[in-house]
Amino acid sequence: MINLENPKKFRGLVSQAQQVAREIFRPNSRKYDLAEHEYPKELDILGALLDGMNASGAGEGAGAAGVRRDAVQDQGNRNSSNMSTALGTMELCWGDVGFLLTMPRQGLGNSAIASVANDEQLKRFAGRWAAMAITEPHCGSDSAAIRTTATKDGDHYVLNGDKIFVTSGERADLVVVWATLDKNIGRAAVKSFVVEKGTPGLELVRLEHKLGIRASDTVQFALRDCRVHQDNLLGDPEINVEKGFAGVMQTFDNTRPLVAAMAVGLARACLEETRKILETAGIVIDYNRPASVQTAAAAQFMAMEADYEAARLLTLQAAWMADNRKPNSLQASMAKAKAGRSCVDIALKCVELCGSQGYGEGELLEKWARDSKILDIFEGTQQIQLLIIARRLLGKTSAELK
Amino acid sequence: MSATQNLMGFGLKILNRLGGSAMLDDPKTRKAATAVIRGATSTGFRLIGTVSRQFKSAPRPNKALRPGAAGGDLFDLTPSDEQQMIRDTVAGFAAEQLRPGAQAADTACATPKDLLAAAAELGIGSMQVPEQLGGAAGSERSVVTNALIAEALAHGDLGMAVACLAPVGVAVALAEWGTAQQQATYLPAFTDEKAPVSAIAVLEPRPLFDPFKLSTAAKRTDAGGYVLSGEKSLVPMAASAELFLVAASTPHGPALFIVESGSKGISITAEPAMGLRAASTARVRFDNVQLGASALLGGGEGDFSYENFIARSRLAWCALSVGTAQAALDYLVPYCNERVAFGEPISHRQAVAFNISNIAIEAEGMRLLTWRAAALAAAGKPFVQQAALARRLCADKGAVIGADAVQLLGGHGFVKEHPVERWYRDLRAVGIMEGGLLL
Repeated sequence: MINLENPKKFRGLVSQAQQVAREIFRPNSRKYDLAEHEYPKELDILGALLDGMNASGAGEGAGAAGVRRDAVQDQGNRNSSNMSTALGTMELCWGDVGFLLTMPRQGLGNSAIASVANDEQLKRFAGRWAAMAITEPHCGSDSAAIRTTATKDGDHYVLNGDKIFVTSGERADLVVVWATLDKNIGRAAVKSFVVEKGTPGLELVRLEHKLGIRASDTVQFALRDCRVHQDNLLGDPEINVEKGFAGVMQTFDNTRPLVAAMAVGLARACLEETRKILETAGIVIDYNRPASVQTAAAAQFMAMEADYEAARLLTLQAAWMADNRKPNSLQASMAKAKAGRSCVDIALKCVELCGSQGYGEGELLEKWARDSKILDIFEGTQQIQLLIIARRLLGKTSAELK
Repeated sequence: MSATQNLMGFGLKILNRLGGSAMLDDPKTRKAATAVIRGATSTGFRLIGTVSRQFKSAPRPNKALRPGAAGGDLFDLTPSDEQQMIRDTVAGFAAEQLRPGAQAADTACATPKDLLAAAAELGIGSMQVPEQLGGAAGSERSVVTNALIAEALAHGDLGMAVACLAPVGVAVALAEWGTAQQQATYLPAFTDEKAPVSAIAVLEPRPLFDPFKLSTAAKRTDAGGYVLSGEKSLVPMAASAELFLVAASTPHGPALFIVESGSKGISITAEPAMGLRAASTARVRFDNVQLGASALLGGGEGDFSYENFIARSRLAWCALSVGTAQAALDYLVPYCNERVAFGEPISHRQAVAFNISNIAIEAEGMRLLTWRAAALAAAGKPFVQQAALARRLCADKGAVIGADAVQLLGGHGFVKEHPVERWYRDLRAVGIMEGGLLL
């Protein structure tokens, strides 16, 4: 039965996430936007709360633990952890994207561990906060061009290279580092390694100053003869040219809809705030009458809301497909592309519609407009998503469609 | 091979396809399937008469029959088995009958009568009519199913889809809001192979038209009836219609009136437009047309909602735009892969490939917004806001998709050798049309 409403069974979770966003994220938003690099200690208690939700919720939590695809196969329509996590993420990012990114023990590294770690590793890394280190100074989207090397030496791998744009790199306990076993092989040789903070040779070089999401720390690491035990390699240690890179990229199939969900949450915040501000100016949206007989502000608002709704439903579609074990790489990229560009467009237009109230620091609209831009960049830029979508639709390889 | 043979051949193909389907073992599905394949079992195809018929009243039930709410608790994008079967059948009809004839129908400003008859025999009209009146409607409101049908038909051709679906919209309105008497009088005819050509008339010829501020007015007469005056624009199939459902202002707000085309004071002039040409659009003037008291849809009581009517009509256009946008994407993928420039397929260029990606993204968004609003309407929940957003997205992105489709074919897109110039013209209609159709 076709139905695109949020399932009733997630109402409790959504309402919890909404309360956290409203009562804890929003009141602290401006504080940590201004005090970049200061640790938002208000989040510690929340981290504990989320741990509890994830532990008790049978995989229907609101954090990074929710993206693992369990092996259970059953019949019929499922609304499960991918959808609940997307819904929770939307609510939390309605509050503040920066805080969501710096939720203790909810890092992207945690998603990687939850998605591809073996049972022993899952147990060993449980309760630890894991950051993810992929990007290097010379390579962003082209993660197959990674130069950080991992050289086998007895029971250990020795890591050497530089990593930038590591979210929560300062605050996390673990860093999941992508490194290549053989630069000449390319994608298939790229593996991920869990490196404990404090491991000799792992050096935090600097903290970035950013356009937005300032509550979340972003760091650069240097790896210099950093020795990591072989048990810390995630996934298959062998170089499998057939499907090697797919294993590493699998994390992204699961996390792209979540970044889309972040963008959806932020866009909704902008629209709700703008609607309120416009109402003080006497602008009320009439959904019955044609846009062309209403004010330009009302017409623009409806167009933005339509884009928002498309982004939201594409995101839920991707999550729903993951819950139902349908291959969703195409839909995940469509959701990420639409949500990423729409949230930037919406946030910037909302600032314009609200005038100086939108542009000034008295409201959060200008902050959301700054925060939004990263959502069209990380976890695959707009351009990378369009490339993935086009290759799938047109049946092209990466050699044909570059 | 004659057109009739082709149509019979198509009908047999459906029969063959369905015969082997395990889904037909389910009695519930079988009932709906029987309505859909009626065309396949018929011995021939009769042309619809253009003269007005005498609508004979069936035994009148005590109260109006209403479709019930449809809905599930979980988020779900999978059509039911029954919906999927209907969708596949209609998609087959659209591919085999509509697409090949689309250009000729566009040029002729008319959909061939035998095609309209074949479409009627698919049983889409019958699916809107309650069982008690001889139809095959299920117990649940069929807004989503109708959206899937419109989408599938428009994948073949949007203009011809409008021609096929115009009468269905009238049947939907009668089933949803008609009085017991109105249902008994008119609905049984829609189960017939010779279902009356009919259309909903809302749009009026002026800029910034607002369906909530109608110039067409129905004034009460001393005898208890109405006098209808005004002009309607781009009414599909108007010249051959036997029945109109006309939106007019009344002292109690906008309402719909059932008007038989034989009534005195009606004049019809062809109004060919940029697109929708296969739907034979026309201006319809009503000069002091005398209507009985029973002409008011719903009789001024009950649950008629003009807002919901307008929103469901807009959703029909959304569903059509989704089908046509998908048709454009399906056409562009092989074209851009086969078209070679500078020594390789043009699809190897990001400027081309990204355009394809964007068409796919926006078309999927259009579909999801349309489905969401349709599902809410089917469930009897508020859906006006969702329908408005669907219309906004479909009007904006649909027009862009039409333009991009022509652009990607370059000069070849501009000439009628390819269907994209027609899609460019048809997709522009979505932001303009009010009425005409109903889900």
